[in-house]
Amino acid sequence: MLPEWLLPALVIMALGLFAIGALRRILLWRAGRPEPVRLIAGLMAMPRRYLVDLHHVVARDKAMSNTHVATAGGFVLSMLLIIPVHVFGLDSRWLTLPLLVSTIIMFTGAVFVYRRRRNPPARLSKGPWMRLPKSLLTFSASFFLLTLLASDVLPENFGHWVLTGVLLIGVTLGLAELLFGMGWGGPMKHAFAGALHLAFHRRPERFGGGRSTGLKPVDLDGMLGVAEPSDFKWNQLLGFDACVQCGRCEAVCPAFAAGQPLNPKKLIQDMVVGLAGGTDAHYAGSPYPGRDVGQAQGSPHQPIVDGLVSAETLWSCTTCRACVEECPMMIEHVDAIVDMRRHLTLERGETPNKGAEVLDNLIATDNPGGYEPDSRMNWAADLALPLMADKQVADVLFWVSDGCFDMRSQRILRAFVKILKAANVDFAVLGNEECDSGDVARRLGDDATFQTLARHNVATLRKYRFSRIVTTDPHAFHVLKNEYGDFGGHYDVMHHSTFINELVTQGRIQLDRFKGGAVTYHDPCYLGRYNGEYESPRALLAALGIQVSEMERSGYRSRCCGGGGGAPITDIPGEHRIADMRVDDARKVEAETIAVACQQCTAMLEGVVEPRPEIRDLAELVAEGLIVDAAGPASTATARPSLAEEVH
Amino acid sequence: MWPDPDLKVASLVSNGQHPKSGRSRRASQDARAVELGLKMAGAASRVIHVGDGDREGGLDQYLGMGLPEITLLNADEQADAVPVLLEYLKGASFDIVLTGVHAEQGEASGMVPYLLAEQLGWPLVSHIADIRKVEGGRAEVLQALPRGQRRLLRVPLPFIATVDSAAADARQYAFGAARRGRLVDAITDAPVDQARQEWTCAPAKPRPKRLHVAKAKSAADRFKAATAKPQGQGGSVIREGTDQEKATAIMELLVSEGVVR
Repeated sequence: MLPEWLLPALVIMALGLFAIGALRRILLWRAGRPEPVRLIAGLMAMPRRYLVDLHHVVARDKAMSNTHVATAGGFVLSMLLIIPVHVFGLDSRWLTLPLLVSTIIMFTGAVFVYRRRRNPPARLSKGPWMRLPKSLLTFSASFFLLTLLASDVLPENFGHWVLTGVLLIGVTLGLAELLFGMGWGGPMKHAFAGALHLAFHRRPERFGGGRSTGLKPVDLDGMLGVAEPSDFKWNQLLGFDACVQCGRCEAVCPAFAAGQPLNPKKLIQDMVVGLAGGTDAHYAGSPYPGRDVGQAQGSPHQPIVDGLVSAETLWSCTTCRACVEECPMMIEHVDAIVDMRRHLTLERGETPNKGAEVLDNLIATDNPGGYEPDSRMNWAADLALPLMADKQVADVLFWVSDGCFDMRSQRILRAFVKILKAANVDFAVLGNEECDSGDVARRLGDDATFQTLARHNVATLRKYRFSRIVTTDPHAFHVLKNEYGDFGGHYDVMHHSTFINELVTQGRIQLDRFKGGAVTYHDPCYLGRYNGEYESPRALLAALGIQVSEMERSGYRSRCCGGGGGAPITDIPGEHRIADMRVDDARKVEAETIAVACQQCTAMLEGVVEPRPEIRDLAELVAEGLIVDAAGPASTATARPSLAEEVH
Repeated sequence: MWPDPDLKVASLVSNGQHPKSGRSRRASQDARAVELGLKMAGAASRVIHVGDGDREGGLDQYLGMGLPEITLLNADEQADAVPVLLEYLKGASFDIVLTGVHAEQGEASGMVPYLLAEQLGWPLVSHIADIRKVEGGRAEVLQALPRGQRRLLRVPLPFIATVDSAAADARQYAFGAARRGRLVDAITDAPVDQARQEWTCAPAKPRPKRLHVAKAKSAADRFKAATAKPQGQGGSVIREGTDQEKATAIMELLVSEGVVR
């Protein structure tokens, strides 16, 4: 027989090496900027976050979810039992039998991992990840047999020392991958970093069914954005390290699909290269489209842009959040991208293409087009809209947004006003007092201009009394709802789809049946993924008698139109246009009309060459289907005379 | 060859005004002058402003272009900028002084570079688009003429040039750079602009514009009408003859037009 001490020594050595590696890794994360976290509460919450929130995302792929539960659960249980059984030599059936069972579970899971790896989809990284299933199999099988041999289940001297020797080699290989590799940057790093990432996540509100999508403000007296990996908050660095390279982000990224030089998975891996130092030569996944792997090189204190990633990569992102929604590790790609953009804009003054011009316009005229600030109400010259400055108090404050300068968006705005009037809503607009919400400035990285606009708007809104804000622009909706809080603006904000749906359910407007052909609905990112509103638009379409032909990618998986995050302004070239791909999605379900709920989506999708489905905003569809009572609303007791509101 | 750290370039900048919103900003042509200065001399190029040092808007935006500092010649609203600048420029030894063609607010007469050139005794080149190179004490200057035409001039140093809107766009200004940039005061004596004390200022009224009637029938004609040099508006091109004869011809024209009496 081999010496008794060999196996315990191996396990202890692997555990020790893991501990050293883990400490080293923790020090790498701590190179980031400080960010207070709740240490104990975070660690306590971690198991629940893993079992509930993370698996909620993983379970979208049922087979993979079960595979992971078996493998990871089996491994954790095995490890907990290996220590008493093989290190301390406790020889109890109560320990060895569960250990045998757990290694079997792990082995079963590993078989499925192995099967998936035999013909892996393009989104999965290869390289060391191809070795992982074999390591898992070796580890579980070796420990199963060793435990079996060492236990009293089998007759004495059943095991031959050669067999034991072979098994010990297996154990060594398994321990090397699963413990040593976990601490020293192998594929299993994801388990260790991922667990801590869940515990110290920068947006803990996301767990337990919550939502946290607003960008965090820049301290304009402090550091402006992220220039080097060490400029990230330490828990952002930790988050990058949690990546399992499953490539789900890559599969849903509209910029990647369009052949623009962005791949969210590669971006996160480049950040890992940055925090650990080195090059991306060992990266074994899909590259940034059109860029070779092996060029990126960085360290915690080296500039990121033009070392690790190119600026075009950062400017390709539409901030659609599809990657974040899909990431089983709940990594925040968009936060990282915007942080790096902030450095490019605020420190280097390198916003590409029309970016500088748009920011300049926002600073000088409070709107991205550079239009006269006093011409905001020209679109409604004939509508006699009540102004907040005159009324002071209104039930609904209609946030018009910069759509007022765009002739196509004006049709949406006019349709919405028609609905408001038909429902006798007590509303008013800010008129020329309104400024751009700051959405574009912020996503182009200019948080200084965003904060100026936000403070200005918050001060304006403070002057008036209203019970809620309604807007037709999901970007303004998101910013007003989720990003003005940091500047003292807390409002009840509603998107027009939610609001109109409420009017319908309350019976304040009557709708005729829609008379067109097949309709599909395109979820705007800033309404859906950013704010979780998937139901109201569909309910509204149902109220119009429309049976929505859902596109393959809809709801939380909706494909971006390509218009978010200033992407049309920075305009990074690719092989396709994102909007074209989205209209192709609609063509596949043979839709004649694409219902949208965002003026930006309208502009992007209408930019696709004909023949293509017609693009109609929900407000336009509803306004067209309004049943206007001939006697007029004035005849009913509850309604206010509409003329009295218009003439003042 | 750019940037040439030995070249002493100064740009004179004023507070601009956005045409639509009236908000303070960097003046478009002055910013192009700064851009040209940065191109020629890099961080060694100097930027000079006469005013009260209010950084909001204009000056911050110039600093945001990556200048470490702006030399501020302190002067209040009533002061005349020309003697202040003159005194400063006499004390310094610049090779090239760049300005915009005219300011975007205030008098905006466009006279500052001319008055400075006259009193310094330097040549003045107006409406330049670029400076190609500086060699052996002479600069190759590209002057912008109407309709995209350019004229290459060789000008001896030192000289003053006004930068046209045809020059390269000013770079984006960055918040961080503006935050770091400083105003460096130079002690100056700013005399009050006596002439202006007697003026009354009123906002300009927009005057009706004469519509240009295009008689063109085809797209080609319309293109020609939009781009061709207007013909037959009098005057003549004198290529032959001595400088004396050319100068006499110009003088005669100025007298006949009533510019010189």
